[in-house]
Amino acid sequence: MSDPTRDSQWPLWEVFVQEKTGAPHEHAGSVHAPDAALALQNARDTYARRGPVVSLWVVESRHISATTPEDSPAFLEPGPEKIYRHPRFYRGAKE
Amino acid sequence: MADDAERERRFQARIDAGERIEPKDWMPESYRRQLVRMISQHAHSEIVGQLPEGNWITRAPSLRRKLGLLAKVQDEAGHGLYLYAAAETLGVSREELCAELLRGAAKYSSIFNYPTLCWADIGAIGWLVDGAAILNQTMLTRCSYGPYARAMVRICKEERFHERQGYEIMRALAQGTPAQRALAQDALDRWWWPTLMMFGPPDAASEHNTVLMGWRVKQKSNDELRQWFVDLAVPQAQALPLAIPDPALRWDAETGHWVTGPIDWDEFWRVVRGGGICNRERLRARAKAHDEGRWVREAAEAWAGKRAR
Repeated sequence: MSDPTRDSQWPLWEVFVQEKTGAPHEHAGSVHAPDAALALQNARDTYARRGPVVSLWVVESRHISATTPEDSPAFLEPGPEKIYRHPRFYRGAKE
Repeated sequence: MADDAERERRFQARIDAGERIEPKDWMPESYRRQLVRMISQHAHSEIVGQLPEGNWITRAPSLRRKLGLLAKVQDEAGHGLYLYAAAETLGVSREELCAELLRGAAKYSSIFNYPTLCWADIGAIGWLVDGAAILNQTMLTRCSYGPYARAMVRICKEERFHERQGYEIMRALAQGTPAQRALAQDALDRWWWPTLMMFGPPDAASEHNTVLMGWRVKQKSNDELRQWFVDLAVPQAQALPLAIPDPALRWDAETGHWVTGPIDWDEFWRVVRGGGICNRERLRARAKAHDEGRWVREAAEAWAGKRAR
């Protein structure tokens, strides 16, 4: 604790902000904090200085798993191919 | 080698198609380096930019002015944090960036190496310095690097009031007593030329312009941004009314632009290289604040450790 060169910036947390009830929480950015309570305080000071914000989430960055750009095309590819998941695949009275 | 050339070709094609680059995407090392340089300098500028204004918080002439200035300086701390976070997505740590600043190895906007001698300087900074910064930042909201562009959107939304509070201060002084008017004119005289220098060296002498525009990190050159600013600021000065300290300033009816006299680029380089009035004072103040905050960082960490047990 007394080493003067030591200067932890603490772990990184990702911040999600909900701007009104019913809206999704959207990624706003990140903060550094030693624990969740301070991460929330820092997120409030950094990303909610002005409204509208009704709710904040924080999660330590290391807990987020994400797709990689290399794997994404193959991993996400089946979506658009399954045209029977879209209403236009079906014929109805309107046509 | 051929593989990298092919990747670089695809990278440039994505940029040319108007796509945004995200942290995990492949990018040329030079793109990453340029962005770390730009974003970290921008972050440092927000942090150091608090110092000249912080100087006047306790001496603001009214509670209304004090509230506005406090909120503005607090925003600047927040903007520094958004920007450090954007830089961190490129694989550098905030700790390294802060250490560079404290060591005196990092650059920040030279404008903050000029002193704030009187209250009118707070007006001039908000009106001119923030006004100039907003133009640059508005351009950067369309930057090809996603996290930087997103930080800029946030900053631009919040910064609109900075420029307006500065202009309001200038107007109150310009329309006040003769003594107040003289203070406002003196502040404009001292801040006008350093503000024009904020946009960086002229295009012909800028080593980064072409590269950054090719990558769509920037969409306007230094001189284009500077011209944009001059065309907005001259009529604002006339409305106050205060005189722009440039005897050669003239309206060019053919181009539809205001043309300024020559900028003293020797002064610009002298201040960039550390010879400004306040370079040393700014770093000293930053280092002192950092040292004095150490016990807070240590206490927060000890508390978090205790709660984790």
